[in-house]
Amino acid sequence: METLLEIKNLSKSFDDKPVHSGVTFNLYKGETIGLLGNSGTGKSVLLRSLIGLEEIDGGEIYYRKQKVNGLKEEDLFKIRTKVSYSFQNGALFDSVSVYENVAYPLFEHTKMKEAEVDAKVMEILTLVNMAESKDLMPSDLSGGMQKRVGLARSMALNPEVLLYDEPTAGLDPVNVELVLNFMKEFKKQGFSGIFVTHDIPAAKKICDRLLILKDGKIYFDGSVDQFEKSDDPFIKNFSNSN
Amino acid sequence: MITAKVKTNLQLVGEITELFKEFVRCLYTRPFYLGRIYEQIVHLGIGSLPITLVIGTVTGMVMTLQFGYGLEKFGGTLYVPAIVSLSLLRELAPLFTSLLIAGRIGSGISAEIGAMNVSQQIDAIRALGTSPVRVLVVPRILAAVVSLPLLGVLSGFMGICGGLIIAYTEFSMPVGFYVNKVLSTIGLMDIVGLMIKCAFFALIISLLACYRGLKTTDGTRGVGNATIWVTVTSSIIILISDFFLSKILLLLFG
Repeated sequence: METLLEIKNLSKSFDDKPVHSGVTFNLYKGETIGLLGNSGTGKSVLLRSLIGLEEIDGGEIYYRKQKVNGLKEEDLFKIRTKVSYSFQNGALFDSVSVYENVAYPLFEHTKMKEAEVDAKVMEILTLVNMAESKDLMPSDLSGGMQKRVGLARSMALNPEVLLYDEPTAGLDPVNVELVLNFMKEFKKQGFSGIFVTHDIPAAKKICDRLLILKDGKIYFDGSVDQFEKSDDPFIKNFSNSN
Repeated sequence: MITAKVKTNLQLVGEITELFKEFVRCLYTRPFYLGRIYEQIVHLGIGSLPITLVIGTVTGMVMTLQFGYGLEKFGGTLYVPAIVSLSLLRELAPLFTSLLIAGRIGSGISAEIGAMNVSQQIDAIRALGTSPVRVLVVPRILAAVVSLPLLGVLSGFMGICGGLIIAYTEFSMPVGFYVNKVLSTIGLMDIVGLMIKCAFFALIISLLACYRGLKTTDGTRGVGNATIWVTVTSSIIILISDFFLSKILLLLFG
């Protein structure tokens, strides 16, 4: 299997408080990983570190054999067009419309003409069921709609890997289903992803492999089946409590 | 305790210098965002016109009134146009305009970028493979550096006009005499000096505002603190550097 992301012995701390101390795992082409763990275990920090939004203290991160950590900000730009990040709250630009939010990466990184950008934006917005809201401002949208637009924006450049930071958190069941369908669609097209979530049923539906982060390390790395059949008391307890 | 404070301040200066270096680097490397610069000139520059017109006019009127009555006692009313125009162009127009702009656009920039920072929009710009310095900082600094000198000149002109109104109404000074005296007193270098001062102050205000905006944490409270810090810090730096700039400009232009 082709390795897209390789994380070796990653460590990170905030003000001498260790968050990660030796996180190691790989992401292979075409797979979606579910990154689980209790609150405060550093799942989002780990996701941010993968594209250099967070500086790490030690270890190595590779994207297609290219070392990511230690790169200058401008050198990370190309990687970030291939490994895209979907923020928990959408992080939409609040002074421009939904359409302009999704068009932003296309205008920045492609030489598409306006008509082509328009077609691409409408295609992605249709996928997340937001085409009719293209002229609305982010402040006019509900939390779920903002997340969906955020997802649409993060996939505008056809990235190879999508990092989802709790895309279903705080959503009603209808919106959860919409987001999961979108993720399934993305996966069907052969793209890879890392799905940070507390929603274990959703992770089981979407992911090929589950990782559990505990005490700064990967405590569990296995298939959904292995997760369900695990006799480990922590995993059993974690699974039941969530 | 003192060592920690010195260290923090040195770090602050270092980070601002880094941001300035990055700003300069973005000036000669692609991509350029001309549309965003134009947008900011309209927002920061044209948006500051009303306050500049009022401040300039009122400053000129007050100065003429004070100098007029002060010098009248010594029979020196005739010198009012020269004193007012010179002090307006060399000192008061650039200083007052910059201090007001520090309050208006300095706090505006830091609040806008700060709010974007706390709502992860700055992270989103980075995550989408673009530079917040290029997208946000460069257009704002360039717009301020272009706009403020022009606003300063306008403020000086309005001050001279305001002085004319008071000289005519309060001291019955003929309009022709006032205009003649002003034109024979001020030179091109006074206007150039005014513009240099304003450009320097604009750089200070916008650089500090962008820096603080990008460093904003602690939610809405942090945004409030950022605007206060920018207004106070840039005002202090403007006042202190004004002395040294005046000295340098006097040496250069006389």
